[in-house]
Amino acid sequence: MFKKFIWLEWKSFFRSASLGKSLGLKILMAFLALYFSAMFLIFGIALFPLIKKFYPEGDPLLIVNRFALIYLALELVFRFMLQTLPVLDIKPLMVLPISKKKVVNFVLIKSLFSYYNVLPLLLLIPFGIFCMVKEDYPVWNILGWMLGMYALILCVNYLNFIIKKRFTENLKALIPVVIVAFGLGLLDYLGIFSISIYFGKLLNILYANPVLALVPLVLLIGLYFWNQINLKGKFYLDAHLKGKKQSVDTKEFGWTRRFGSIAPFLQQDLKLIWRNKRPKTTIYLSFLFLLYGLIFYPNDAYQDMPAFFVFVGIFITGIFMINFGQFVPSWDASYYPMIMAQNIPMRQYLASKMGLISFSIVVLAILSTPYVYFGWNILLLNIACALYNMGVNVPILLYAGSFNKKRIDLDKSPFMNYQGTGASQWLVGIPLLLIPIFFFWLFNKFISYEIAVAFLAVLGIIGLISRPALLNFLEQRYRKRKYVMIQGFKQKGD
Amino acid sequence: MITATNLSKIYNGTKVLDIEHLDIPSGQNFGLVGNNGAGKTTFFSLLLDLIEPSTGSIFNNEITVNQSEKWKSFTASFIDESFLIGYLTPEEYFYFVGELRNRNKADIDSFLERFGDFFNGEILGRKKYLRDLSKGNQKKVGIVSALIGDPEVVILDEPFANLDPTTQIRLKKLLKEISGTSGTTFLISSHDLIHVTEVCERIVVLDKGVIVRDIETSEATLAELEAYFSREIIEG
Repeated sequence: MFKKFIWLEWKSFFRSASLGKSLGLKILMAFLALYFSAMFLIFGIALFPLIKKFYPEGDPLLIVNRFALIYLALELVFRFMLQTLPVLDIKPLMVLPISKKKVVNFVLIKSLFSYYNVLPLLLLIPFGIFCMVKEDYPVWNILGWMLGMYALILCVNYLNFIIKKRFTENLKALIPVVIVAFGLGLLDYLGIFSISIYFGKLLNILYANPVLALVPLVLLIGLYFWNQINLKGKFYLDAHLKGKKQSVDTKEFGWTRRFGSIAPFLQQDLKLIWRNKRPKTTIYLSFLFLLYGLIFYPNDAYQDMPAFFVFVGIFITGIFMINFGQFVPSWDASYYPMIMAQNIPMRQYLASKMGLISFSIVVLAILSTPYVYFGWNILLLNIACALYNMGVNVPILLYAGSFNKKRIDLDKSPFMNYQGTGASQWLVGIPLLLIPIFFFWLFNKFISYEIAVAFLAVLGIIGLISRPALLNFLEQRYRKRKYVMIQGFKQKGD
Repeated sequence: MITATNLSKIYNGTKVLDIEHLDIPSGQNFGLVGNNGAGKTTFFSLLLDLIEPSTGSIFNNEITVNQSEKWKSFTASFIDESFLIGYLTPEEYFYFVGELRNRNKADIDSFLERFGDFFNGEILGRKKYLRDLSKGNQKKVGIVSALIGDPEVVILDEPFANLDPTTQIRLKKLLKEISGTSGTTFLISSHDLIHVTEVCERIVVLDKGVIVRDIETSEATLAELEAYFSREIIEG
């Protein structure tokens, strides 16, 4: 039976609509995977000597134990954001004579072969071997310790799934957990109640008595069964539907009326953003990135390179533009035929997208005004960057968008989600950021800071003035690409 | 109202649609039948400019559909669920379509009153997003939205599929009523020969993209269609 499942997985991977189309993306992912593997391996080998160097008085293994809990907690956070339960498409299997238990076991066991479980091994094994071979630690104790540690890491693997299952539908329920974790971390940090030290002491005991490695193993098996029960309970179609009974949010965004003919579209886009997970996250990200300037403005290292502040300025006023704009019109992928057949002129559709993005730039620019604290020149530069974003970058992004033909599922989280990403998303970043930086650098170096700022602003204003002409051009472009887009948006799956 | 000349669509060397000439006069209830792969949806998609014709062109009220967008203002359609916006409630969706067709909220509210029976209390005021409705209810929303704003041409792809028997009968009544009073041109495709002969004044049969029958509906039409579609079974 397992063979059959693996066969299914294999087919679904190689027959997915976008295999081959996103080769560049695959290469990037492979490169990242190799990079992280190498980093972990190097760190694993160097860990023992490093600790010896920084804590010459302690036993390196005990120091590793002391930090083990912090490591595990961090790993949980990263897994929560990045790792997803490898769900087999179970719907078609439900009516076939396959026992639920088998399907659930397959999903759970498959998760063990995730890349996230290989990485810690690259850390753990070299460190263990180093201890045994070079430093003459007792072999059985080290083996027991390694087994125990790895079991704990796999516990994190399964714990993550339980947390995800429980909290993805209801993120607010996560708040108390986060507060407790934060509190414990704070107490630990202040040295009032050092939970990580207690945990380290437990690991020390485990090291002294390698038989105790069975304890984390039992914990692991327990978590496995908990997951099994959890998943088996969800193995019904209506288990998926149950949560959706509550009545829905019907905000009207009536204030958009004053924007005239593009008002209905604007309203539409706001609902799109507000009611779907992926676009909604772009809003939160925008506010988060507003703080980006705090990293750069106070830092002396960047004071001599004002060109770098252009990057920051484009970024903080345009983060929503970049995150949202690069996927226009993929956001509307699931009903793009309707948009095309309804009484919606292409020009108005594009104008409303431009309007929405420009609006976000204005809001972010206003919110970034407190940076005047770091000097007037920074405020002026940010305003110039905002103008440049509105006038030049928005049309560039929409032009790049006309190459989009990949569907986006609105309900999926955007973290490490490359759905809808194609070569154009990577390429568009270059003109978006590099062109203004280059011009600024040129004018700043050979004329003056003020002229450089003014030049960016003027470019932006020219773009704004020629917007009707740009819209005409974009309209032609989108109409030419229309059939390819409709065709592409139909393709489901990653 | 609608004219297709030398229209063909070729996918990977296979001709899936090949219509030399087809003329649908204004106000006609036009039915399109044919087995799977006969080219019904292809024809509608061409008419809505969702795909590009390989040769020839379609004129909707003398506008070439793949050159100008002007036909959009008097043409409404429901092809499949990709015509619905999943994260809107049915009301919001109706208001949105209404706005696109210059109807305000009050217009839409009074328009929707007529469909109380049709919706059977399962659509309005339920505070559910369209994506959470059943297939049949989604279809009802799609069909009704295609009637908003008195369009001159209404295109419905398989409107009877997925509907319960009562709603099918109500839909037939509704379509006849509207075409009787407003002179709307309806283009309907269906696999259900009984329904389509009841609603449509003219029926065109497509087979592998070619028009094989063009019938003015009469008493004998149903029998004729049934004979046509069972010929292979009898021969075999």
